[in-house]
Amino acid sequence: MAEQDWKANKRVFAAVSLPTLLWTLVFFVVPMAIVWFYSFGQNAGLNEIHVSGTLDNYKRATEWLYLGIFGKSFAVAALVTLICLIVGFPVAMAITFASEKWRPWLLLGIMLPFWTNLLVRTYALMILLGQQGYANKGLGALWGGASWVKTLVGLQPLPTWEPVPLLFNNFAVVFGLVYVHLPFMVLPLYAALDRLDRSLIEASLDLGAGHFRTILRIVVPLAAPGIVAGVMITLIPALGAYLTPDLMGGTDSQMIANVIERQFKKANDWPFGSALSFILIYAMFILIALQSMRRKAPEAS
Amino acid sequence: MALFSRSPIAPLEYSRTLWMRLWVGAVMLFLYAPLIVLMIFSFNDSKRNVVWRGFTLKYYDKALNNDALIEALVNSLTIAALATIFSLILGAVAAVMLWRFRFPFKGAVDGTISLPIIVPEICMGVAFLMFFAKGLHWPTDLVWPLNLGAITIAHITFCFPFVTMVVRSRLASFNREQEEAAKDLGAGEWQMFRDVLIPHMRPALVAGALLSFTLSLDDFVITYFTSGPETITFPVKVYSMLRFSVTPEVNAASTILIILTVALTAIALKLQGVKAIAETH
Amino acid sequence: MTDAPPIIQIQNISKRFGKVTAVDNVSLDIQAGEFFVLLGPSGCGKTTLLRMIAGFELPTEGRILIDGQDMAGIPPNKRPVNMVFQSYAVFPHMSVADNVAYGLKIAGVRGGEVRDRVAEALELVKLGGYESRMPDQMSGGQRQRVALARSLVMRPKVLLLDEPLSALDAKLRAQMQFELSELQEKVGITFVTVTHDQDEALSMACRIAVINKGEVSQLAAPSDLYEYPANRFVADFVGSVNIFEGKLILDEPDKAAVDCPGLGKVYLNHGVTGPHGADVWVALRPEKIYLHIPGEGKAVKAAAQDAPDGHNFARGTIKGMSYLGDITLFEIELESGARLRVSRPNLSRHDQEDFTWDDKVSMHWRADSPVVLLG
Repeated sequence: MAEQDWKANKRVFAAVSLPTLLWTLVFFVVPMAIVWFYSFGQNAGLNEIHVSGTLDNYKRATEWLYLGIFGKSFAVAALVTLICLIVGFPVAMAITFASEKWRPWLLLGIMLPFWTNLLVRTYALMILLGQQGYANKGLGALWGGASWVKTLVGLQPLPTWEPVPLLFNNFAVVFGLVYVHLPFMVLPLYAALDRLDRSLIEASLDLGAGHFRTILRIVVPLAAPGIVAGVMITLIPALGAYLTPDLMGGTDSQMIANVIERQFKKANDWPFGSALSFILIYAMFILIALQSMRRKAPEAS
Repeated sequence: MALFSRSPIAPLEYSRTLWMRLWVGAVMLFLYAPLIVLMIFSFNDSKRNVVWRGFTLKYYDKALNNDALIEALVNSLTIAALATIFSLILGAVAAVMLWRFRFPFKGAVDGTISLPIIVPEICMGVAFLMFFAKGLHWPTDLVWPLNLGAITIAHITFCFPFVTMVVRSRLASFNREQEEAAKDLGAGEWQMFRDVLIPHMRPALVAGALLSFTLSLDDFVITYFTSGPETITFPVKVYSMLRFSVTPEVNAASTILIILTVALTAIALKLQGVKAIAETH
Repeated sequence: MTDAPPIIQIQNISKRFGKVTAVDNVSLDIQAGEFFVLLGPSGCGKTTLLRMIAGFELPTEGRILIDGQDMAGIPPNKRPVNMVFQSYAVFPHMSVADNVAYGLKIAGVRGGEVRDRVAEALELVKLGGYESRMPDQMSGGQRQRVALARSLVMRPKVLLLDEPLSALDAKLRAQMQFELSELQEKVGITFVTVTHDQDEALSMACRIAVINKGEVSQLAAPSDLYEYPANRFVADFVGSVNIFEGKLILDEPDKAAVDCPGLGKVYLNHGVTGPHGADVWVALRPEKIYLHIPGEGKAVKAAAQDAPDGHNFARGTIKGMSYLGDITLFEIELESGARLRVSRPNLSRHDQEDFTWDDKVSMHWRADSPVVLLG
């Protein structure tokens, strides 16, 4: 690819580079830098922050309370990613191998929720999962059915159905995050599977492998870049999720983003909030670095 | 898709096997059931989202007469429109820069431009909160729509990298001989850009616009941190309604937004066709 | 050919994709040990037929028997055939040895035997010592050999090859044609190959089935296909040919004549068993026409010698020439205005200087050269 040296065409280069570079500098780099500087500061009075270069905020972040929340956020995000992967992989397969006529519509079916307002979707899920919601009613009906079957074969009926709390707990947070992030997982998986040369799958079948083994030995290794992309695209926003744990979680379902929010909106401890923010950003960087190392590893061997 | 296939299923027709269909059906049910239930209950003549008590439009009436809600919706749409326009320009121009030129610190510039995609939105929100509090004071008492400036700036900042990403991947498939052919036929730099490059980028621009608009309309966290007490967007309004008083008005307003999204998608489909939209993601 | 039952029996196979009929009521028997080629233009259904044998497509109607066993309901991984794909489909994330061992390991072959058989298969395709290479470090030709070895190591009853040479450059293609024939003789496995390239088909096949629009146009040995095409499609598709429409005016056991408005009267030294006055087509290969400078008199004499009832003779003007090295192709405008393609071997270094544009020439051909086609 013949990229042009910027000096060869300075006027065009200036026209295409200056607007974005200036914008990024003023409205992204500067705000992030402010956060970074304040993370080394301390509150001095009600509205004054003194940037003293202290590391106290970072020290405080390593207290057990906050380490626990970081750990929990990771665990929840990882679990959500895993569930999305398990649920999403067959869907991506189905889309890839659907007929020409159906494929775009299935894709659209996955993308439409992604375009729908996050808050609206979260709220819709809350209606369904509520104490009197349809999810509970459905489970109650299943329970009743099982109880009836038991009496039919002459056993004691099950005790009466007690609505289970599906909302305002950790289960709800995981469920809600899966609901929100599933499309993020399916789309890159589909993109990777779609690029796969089908004759590779046919060759595997032709050589005697069954479908399950073909998927395990051929499809998954070759779709690995897409799987990694899907995992990253799900894991990163799930790790920084604010709205789902805030609305659907209980008192013990706080994730790191909720703690950060509290520092700014309630506790008024901006320096500590800044430090937590940057720890979260560093965590993202580490994840991305791990990913690119993984990508390079197979090439080296 | 007929559930019972007429012809036997060939080895690679995975999507025609029964368990695959059940799986996809279950996932679609999972994705759409909550939205459909919400839409149905927006017509329910009851204060609670539990039992059906008959059809009514009164919550639509209430929602549409709720000035604060309507103002929030208008604000959101205005911000989304402005953010889309600016993101398209900034994003497309950045994509052209990264595709066309070789320059010092290109890797760093590339990385910084794509950073807003991966930085968690809570961190972006924090950054804008502090930027507008400690850095640039955006007056909150300006006339509409200038009072939306801070939020719009924030939205442009997190939207345009997505446009850059989409346009760049489209540009990668550009055949440079087209550019050379245009110049060979006498087109200047600008004419080539207008007559050859922009038409090639068009599907990506449509996809980028759609993405920016929905991302902007969708955003709660960053807006929640950036907005002053005076300016409220639709998600922020819905959030406070959810927090403090769940009324069926929220159902009605949400249904309106869902229908808006579907309509927008339909327009995009009309413009580009379902395939092109599907391919850009 | 032996009396052994055919290894593959294709019985009244049809395949429809929606409204499109890809394969239309085809029946074929393929004998054990033969090199069988399915030849046809792209989109004629030959690849669909091959994929139905492999089990990747299922026939809409009819059945396929391999070694006497009905293949209905048997998935590809349980069929005693293996396929070499057009794209080779070498697994890019496995080494050459792992690729070749893949099927063996699934079949339950263990340890040292896997190693021995992999080495043997690689030796067979002349890739000994390449075991640890990755596919992306190999050329297209080498990847194809890996695909061949990977299939041959399974010792299938039939090896299916989908356009095996289409991705190779011309030189390599010619070499691989010989190698494939040699390999087939060495391993004794039945090869069924799909190709659109007539040279490939003619050079490798024991028998060729020419497929057109989902149907078998002709099934014959290569030389029969070329010299005795059964219809216009085969005559035109296999090799280069001049075809003229005409009426059958004479048809006796030992001679026949066709009156072609474009070419004049064409005489044959054998009967054609068609109804008198029937509309027929005469096919004449360019290399079977002799070209003369007019006034030599030799042409007339030569033409008179073996045509029983007249002369196979024509006059025209050279309107086009293309020098191809070994031969020169001429495009000759006849007095009727029709055009005739004639090829002439360049037996000496100066042969191409004999003729030039707008030369008046005369031509003759032997009475056993034209082929009369009824359809």
